[in-house]
Amino acid sequence: MSQGTLHLHVPEPTGRPGHGTDFSYLHLSRAGEVRRPPVDTAPVDAADLAYTLVRVLDDEGQAVGSWAPQIDAELLRRGMRAMLKTRAFDARMMIAQRQKKISFYMQCLGEEAIATAHALALQPGDMCFPTYRQQGLLLARDDVSMVELICQLMSNQRDPLKGRQLPVMYSYKRAGFFSISGNLATQFIHAVGWAMASAIKGDTKIASAWIGDGATAESDFHTALTFAHVYRAPVILNVVNNQWAISTFQAIAGGEATTFAARGVGCGIASLRVDGNDFLAVIAASRWAAERARGNLGPTLIEWITYRAGAHSTSDDPSRYRPKDDWQKFPLGDPVARLKRHLIGIGKWSEEEHEATRTALEAEVGAAFKEAAQYGSLLDGHIPPVATMFEDVYKDMPLHLREQLREVESQGR
Amino acid sequence: MIQALRSAMDVMLGRDPDVVIYGQDVGYFGGVFRCTEGLQAKYGSSRVFDAPISEGGIVGAAIGMAAYGLRPVVEVQFADYFYPASDQIVSEAARLRYRSAGDFTAPITIRMPCGGGIYGGQTHSQSPEALFTHVCGLRTVMPSNPYDAKGLLIASIENDDPIIFLEPKRLYNGPFDGHHDRPVVPWSAHPSSEVPEEHYTVPLDSAAVFRRGTDVTVLAYGTMVFVSEAAARESGVDAEIIDLRTLWPLDLATIVASVKKTGRCVVVHEATRSSGFGAELAALVQEHCFYHLEAPIERVTGWDTPYPHALEWAYFPGPERVAAALKRVLEP
Repeated sequence: MSQGTLHLHVPEPTGRPGHGTDFSYLHLSRAGEVRRPPVDTAPVDAADLAYTLVRVLDDEGQAVGSWAPQIDAELLRRGMRAMLKTRAFDARMMIAQRQKKISFYMQCLGEEAIATAHALALQPGDMCFPTYRQQGLLLARDDVSMVELICQLMSNQRDPLKGRQLPVMYSYKRAGFFSISGNLATQFIHAVGWAMASAIKGDTKIASAWIGDGATAESDFHTALTFAHVYRAPVILNVVNNQWAISTFQAIAGGEATTFAARGVGCGIASLRVDGNDFLAVIAASRWAAERARGNLGPTLIEWITYRAGAHSTSDDPSRYRPKDDWQKFPLGDPVARLKRHLIGIGKWSEEEHEATRTALEAEVGAAFKEAAQYGSLLDGHIPPVATMFEDVYKDMPLHLREQLREVESQGR
Repeated sequence: MIQALRSAMDVMLGRDPDVVIYGQDVGYFGGVFRCTEGLQAKYGSSRVFDAPISEGGIVGAAIGMAAYGLRPVVEVQFADYFYPASDQIVSEAARLRYRSAGDFTAPITIRMPCGGGIYGGQTHSQSPEALFTHVCGLRTVMPSNPYDAKGLLIASIENDDPIIFLEPKRLYNGPFDGHHDRPVVPWSAHPSSEVPEEHYTVPLDSAAVFRRGTDVTVLAYGTMVFVSEAAARESGVDAEIIDLRTLWPLDLATIVASVKKTGRCVVVHEATRSSGFGAELAALVQEHCFYHLEAPIERVTGWDTPYPHALEWAYFPGPERVAAALKRVLEP
């Protein structure tokens, strides 16, 4: 072994603008190849699953292997609709941002299967602690009004959050969706605390925590794993590895030569690495984790492998740091196309139905946008009244805030 | 005061099944200062338990529990250790109600022993209250005696806002007046140690006039209340000592009424001076009492240095320094 001078290793992605990505770094397994252990398996006996990739749909769209879920075709059709709705919603909001009707947006293009399929594995009363790319959790539900979501994006007078949050930082307690912070990773330990509370009270509800590959480098992520393990919290710990944190490749967050699922193994947590663009694999793995949580078997960490097909946000330009055709070459493909192929293969969907559903959803989103726009937007000045700025800082407004409210009202802004 | 704090938690664990208590060493052992002694045995380990050494995790998990509907009371073993929890306190607990427009709230109480005088060096002696009073959405409380400690802690646990509850550890065992070279006076000899067994509260928006006087108003809290009292006694200055009790939101009316009466004001705190809470107090007094002031407002505080181990008593603002300030503001 040569002993020259030391050098610092700074990981680099294999692809950059001008040369394509070598995706062999993903170390894919074949569909159906990975075993499905019983839900009561001890974490140490499932450690291999943190280094393989759970996949159900093969290249022909067939569900294969022990993870292939027993699932009603009607549920899959609902899932397809939820993915198409999410995609249509995102596409319309991206246009609205470019038309300067909303100030900012974050789409989840290419990642739709993860949130929409996971939502099908949860039960009413469960609570998700999302980050900013899980709008699919809300759009998979029919009881969350798209008009209201768009009012939040517009920070208008009907924004349920009173114009206080950046667009997409929703809060829907009644839909099991915790307030999005905008700070990274903080919600991961909140989810564990919420799950601990459910256990303390002898309840049956579980929590589901969400984080991106980049933010796993924050201490709150590691803290959450420790607490989840120590108290055997009924929580699912989701790491969405979409390969990119703005311009930073996942290897800079610590994904090189290991996996994010492997973080859980060291903490004594059952950990899976799953194809996040495979709707059936997402349902199957989510159900496995939910069953463990509800059965007092403790937390499960799931690393979802996917690809952020769009820009980080409307303020980002990924052509500056990664190949333009990266998503087209991503070996796990497009989750919508893969579920479509499966559904058509089993005779429960068709090209015509796909197009008709897509068109109908686009019209539905368009109508919702039109209605929300009637209530104004940040950009045309139809914003909540200034007094709301001082509300909700405390439960009851203290004297010093009442005085500041008087000041702003008497002196102007 | 330890018994009073324990009694507050005992009362609340008994009254409200949503109250849970955890932190480092607080379970079986009962805490390094013994404040939770016996509570795990009485209420079980799912309501009183030990936590990993992770202040960020302790506070972060409490926010999640509060979002579920519990009322967590967590202990940060020393106030000096809260820094890893800063993001969870400042960006999460303090703003959850605001950012979600009331959809989620964080009614949590974070107890932290603070202050020096126990040879704790620079990591077991700090008074970081100004770091909390600067954060909108938090309530910051610091009791100075057993009666208030119990009543304020119960009021804090019952309150729906996140509370920073600072406990001056030099007061745990007696009304310490800064004379470190004299024998320790136990609480049993002090009237404020009469603490009812049952539930009662001390409101979170009211300061107490600890000593009535006419010459000068002293604004103090925690240990400095007794240091200021000793200074008044020893200097012969008839000081009116206001024990703030709740630092933020502040009972400004009591302060203003007193300063308008005395025309002079000395602010005393153990924390470092620059950008300390005393700066806010001085600013508020001059905003509200400028035409009543007969002398510049004085500040007696810890120095702008880390809390030193060997030079602890040179750092600590003792009764001699406070007495000198009282005399200075009375100079014609």
